[in-house]
Amino acid sequence: MTTIQRKDSNPIAHLTPEQIEQIGVELDAIRDEVMGSRGEKDAAYIRRVIAWQRGLELGSRGVLLFSLFPPAWLVGTAGLTVAKILENMEIGHNIMHGQWDWMRDPKIHSTKWEWDHASPAEQWKHSHNELHHTYTNVIGRDNDLGYGIMRVDEDQKWHPMHLGQPLYNFVNACLFEYGIAAYDLELGKNLATKERRRDPKFRAGLRKVRNKIGKQVLKDYVVHPALSGPSFLHTIAANATANVIRNLWSHSVIMCGHFPNGVETFEKTSIEGETRGEWYLRQMLGSANISGSRAMHLMTGNLSHQIEHHLFPDMPSNRYKEIAPKIQDLFQRYGLSYTSGPLPKQVASAWYKVIRLSLPNRGAAAVRRPVEKKAPAVSTRWRRAQPVTATPATELAGTATP
Amino acid sequence: MAVIHKVRAGAWRVVELITTPVVPADYLDVIAPLRNAQVLRAKIDAVRPETENSVSLLLRPGRGWVRHEPGQYVRVGVDVDGVRLWRSYSITSAPERRDGRFTITVNAVPDGVVSTHLVRNARRGMIVHLDAPTGEFLLCEPRPAKAVFITAGSGITPVMGMLRSRLHELTDVVVVHSAGTREAVVFGAELRALAADGRIRLIERHTRTDGRLKPADLDELVPDLFERRAWACGPNEMLDDLETHWADGDAGHLLSTERFRPTLISSGGGGTVTFTQSGTVVETDGSEPLLDSGEAAGVLMPSGCRMGICFSCVLPLREGAVRDLRDGQLTVAEPGDSIPIQTCVSAAAGPCKIDL
Repeated sequence: MTTIQRKDSNPIAHLTPEQIEQIGVELDAIRDEVMGSRGEKDAAYIRRVIAWQRGLELGSRGVLLFSLFPPAWLVGTAGLTVAKILENMEIGHNIMHGQWDWMRDPKIHSTKWEWDHASPAEQWKHSHNELHHTYTNVIGRDNDLGYGIMRVDEDQKWHPMHLGQPLYNFVNACLFEYGIAAYDLELGKNLATKERRRDPKFRAGLRKVRNKIGKQVLKDYVVHPALSGPSFLHTIAANATANVIRNLWSHSVIMCGHFPNGVETFEKTSIEGETRGEWYLRQMLGSANISGSRAMHLMTGNLSHQIEHHLFPDMPSNRYKEIAPKIQDLFQRYGLSYTSGPLPKQVASAWYKVIRLSLPNRGAAAVRRPVEKKAPAVSTRWRRAQPVTATPATELAGTATP
Repeated sequence: MAVIHKVRAGAWRVVELITTPVVPADYLDVIAPLRNAQVLRAKIDAVRPETENSVSLLLRPGRGWVRHEPGQYVRVGVDVDGVRLWRSYSITSAPERRDGRFTITVNAVPDGVVSTHLVRNARRGMIVHLDAPTGEFLLCEPRPAKAVFITAGSGITPVMGMLRSRLHELTDVVVVHSAGTREAVVFGAELRALAADGRIRLIERHTRTDGRLKPADLDELVPDLFERRAWACGPNEMLDDLETHWADGDAGHLLSTERFRPTLISSGGGGTVTFTQSGTVVETDGSEPLLDSGEAAGVLMPSGCRMGICFSCVLPLREGAVRDLRDGQLTVAEPGDSIPIQTCVSAAAGPCKIDL
């Protein structure tokens, strides 16, 4: 698609600045209600998921010690795959977002957590929490749009290199965790010049990634297989399979978050002096959900509620489900479209875009509409708008101001 | 032996490689929470009610616990409605117990989230978190010929720890204890038994009928007051009065006090922020994020999104209170705490100390 600012029919043109701020006020009220009610049940939830995941991982690795026998191989590989997916999605991703920091448990805290992944937590948190979540879908600021190797928006400039992007996307999907590590290191940019290559900060980051990958490889491809004795090679195959399926799965889920049809992108200039309401609106339009069962939500780490997650990245993931109807209602009342669909449809939609945009723009899309420049404003995104007293938003809106 | 040790260390190394990125202890904690010396925990072995509003907890500490000195306290971390909160409690048992266990006595104070939770919900088998025992409220060496202990309410707890373990080393002891009623006296029966045996002279003051104890009353109750080494523990107003009284009598050096320092919370008015490592002190008005105040004062603050979503700016609050600028929620750190807070959306809600 084209950035919202260059579109013929701008999907937010019907909203007045007051309405946009009112959306922010309503969302803050929803946030306050949930955040104020976090408690023992939520804490028990995340501890239960962690305990189950650890049990499943340990059990599966135990079974894989006998991976020479095909049934053991199948059961162990399936279990390990599920354990690795849970660990990355519902546990790692969400803990590192600070969703569980409120428990003040140093073992389950964004500043302490490390995950079963090639990219060290510290680097991932910077590129994901800080850059992607703050600048979601802003062309030129949010590198998640194509990860710097692909063109996923008409307004990204076409280059003959993009002809190969369906292939890059597939390779990236198989090796996703390494792709993420390279991306968090900004490898492309940092390897480009001699000066950047020698930057001590980059070198330190590189060393950390190397150490992390070294340990991960040692675990999955040396120590665990060695413990399986005669099943050595079978265990290597099992662990590789689990890692690749985990990579394909998380890649698919993440593509569904921002690439499917219906998701909007934004111009760099449009976020200058962005208010809290405008930031919320960008998150609403820049994300897409996946519909499905409870198991689907769990296995996607509740990123199936990508819209809710992007509005409130630090809200415990088990609570997205309960606010989803309220968010949907909000979209409807303000005449906005809530993008959602089943996994196969959303994956197909994202892949279609990757393939289509490997070619240069044609027809109407080839004509770039000029952007109307917004008057620069000074504002801070944390500052809440004063609720308009005339609108009976919710009871909580009254306590929403700092 | 050396070989066995080496083999064990090697095996452990392999286990560590398998559990990366977490440590084997994270798995073992589920089945044996007391064996991890890195994270000090205790199991509640017994809960004994003391009065209507207080209980004694018999705790079995895990590996890593060090023996306390009578009069010291321990910080206890308890999950209350999902949030781990830490409070200090005096140890009321003697340090020399053979089984290595110890007791704390918890008095439910009004609005006390942790004390109320423990008094109502503590059960045998529950796990609590611990810090090493600490505190300067100790008996002096050599032991004094004459001693007086002046306590009120739960202020009796550290003194009980001293009496239970060191009374045989003291010859002349007076205990002046205040409580609302006779029934509200924690350890009432035990204290009265000691008095009946002639091992202490006990002066009970029931404030609901007799009114608050004033320092002047003490001169009457204990005529040789300033000839005695004195220890006092109770509400701050009482300790302030006692300190003035002892200073006026030129006997300030004879008095030791143990006080609870409540965290000051200003009503939206901000406060003085101290960055403990850099030593920078900033006055704030409570409307500006700590991140901005720190940066304006030249502190090298970590930062990220500046809107409360990325958690890059998180720093430990060591003491004081901060308010979340988005929803007004307060976070209060007791001395000894280290609570990570988001500096980009938090403002001072009273004097506070940030670890940077």
